[in-house]
Amino acid sequence: MSVESGIVVSGVSFAYGRRTVLSELSLALRGGRLTALLGPNGAGKTTLIALLCGLVGAERGTITVLGQDMGRNPRAGLARMGIVFQQQTLDLDLSVLQNMRYFAALRGLAGRAADARIDTCLARMGLAGRAGEKARLLNGGHRRRLEIARALVHEPAVLILDEPTVGLDVPSRDALVRHVHALCAEDGITVLWATHLVDEVWDDDDLVVLHEGRVRAAGAVREVLAQTATAIVLDAFAALTGDADDAGPERGAAT
Amino acid sequence: MKRDPQAYRIGLQGVVWREALRFIHQRERFVAALVRPLIWLLVFAAGFRSVLGISIIEPYETYITYETYIVPGLVAMIQLFNGMQSSLTLVYDAEMGGMRVLLTSPLPRWYLLLCKLLGGVVVSIFQVLAFLLIAELVIVDLPPWGVVALLPVLVISGLMLGALGMLLSSTIRQLENFAGIMNFVIFPMFFLSSALYPLWRMRESSELIYRICALNPFTHAVESLRFAVYLQANLQSLAIVAGCAVVFFALAVWGYDPKQSLMRRRALS
Repeated sequence: MSVESGIVVSGVSFAYGRRTVLSELSLALRGGRLTALLGPNGAGKTTLIALLCGLVGAERGTITVLGQDMGRNPRAGLARMGIVFQQQTLDLDLSVLQNMRYFAALRGLAGRAADARIDTCLARMGLAGRAGEKARLLNGGHRRRLEIARALVHEPAVLILDEPTVGLDVPSRDALVRHVHALCAEDGITVLWATHLVDEVWDDDDLVVLHEGRVRAAGAVREVLAQTATAIVLDAFAALTGDADDAGPERGAAT
Repeated sequence: MKRDPQAYRIGLQGVVWREALRFIHQRERFVAALVRPLIWLLVFAAGFRSVLGISIIEPYETYITYETYIVPGLVAMIQLFNGMQSSLTLVYDAEMGGMRVLLTSPLPRWYLLLCKLLGGVVVSIFQVLAFLLIAELVIVDLPPWGVVALLPVLVISGLMLGALGMLLSSTIRQLENFAGIMNFVIFPMFFLSSALYPLWRMRESSELIYRICALNPFTHAVESLRFAVYLQANLQSLAIVAGCAVVFFALAVWGYDPKQSLMRRRALS
């Protein structure tokens, strides 16, 4: 449960043209824990995730995933990382199994070993028996489950999810939140869950509040609540950012 | 994975397999890839046969029909369109997120892009073989071993045209901007080449256009293919095509470097 087994971001800055998106950002995620990255739209969550998985390079600072410097050796970090992007990334013309096999091949897995892992991951996410279906025929919730199953196929130690519940109905969203919390609790996977929905944050999670490219608070949920002298995450967020308007975090039921 | 050649092989197989599956699922793409050159061969060439006389030029040893002359150009056209189609797929993937799945694989980025390129080349070769089969059955008579000799050259020309498409895709942010490719890349490359008319004919009309055609790497792809069909090697053209393939691919890898601003905009869009 150490920081070394999780993600460490030190003094990272990133700008898109003249617009600074992340400024001297530092945080440390504990291994084997689910950390909710909470922030309003435009806070820099997606940029941070793009940096974590090497899609873009940081202008300043370092990012370490499981002890691997992502600037110097991104491949070693990526090999142990599962990623679910905010935008859906399935190939809808391919079947569930074909999507899984393609992803497994990109992780160097093929043949019986890959198929066994695929079966396990699909069953884990409640998609057993649907391997032959075209991804296009799955509903939104099941597509998200498939993306998570796909992200788990190479048994990653870190799972990063960027607002994975966007566009899902309440039951699908709740089921997904439970599934990922279970993965963290049962398998000890380090999870970074970016969201702007406060009721996706559980009491025993860790929490990072990101606003305007800066970390406003970080720690266990209880610590953040104590730090802000609030009782619920929504109030803590408002206290930390002075922002509870439409761009701020929402309760899931209201979405 | 760094020292695991097995992972590289599996990654290559996976990417090529996905490209092939996508091609199979997109039957319209296959039909379009065949119809386009067949219209040129059966309609355009029939109309221009009497207008455009072809003198004896290398690699031909005797007079040939116009249909026979334009077959290598149409083969290259199939690869040109396939390269641009792959580029379109890359832009689509970038917009729809599929590219992120590819680029977050632990395999080196240049290798992943090479796999993608090879996948496109394999698809283009199937298109070419289907076209040549129909052309052979309907109208032209190619040397029996010509198709076999063509295969390695198809790989080189396919790599160059695919790499060009990949390079272009690294500069295009939105699918809507892709129409410009048709106007500013495909048409000039195709018409300013030896695909439809020999270069000496161009020179009779304009020295400037002739020089542009002679510099056009597509001309050299066409000439490499033309010579290969007749079991000869145009080494100069082959070297130019191979050199352009390397340069285009290197630039494409640079374009997909996470430190480049183009890649930044795409990753965050």
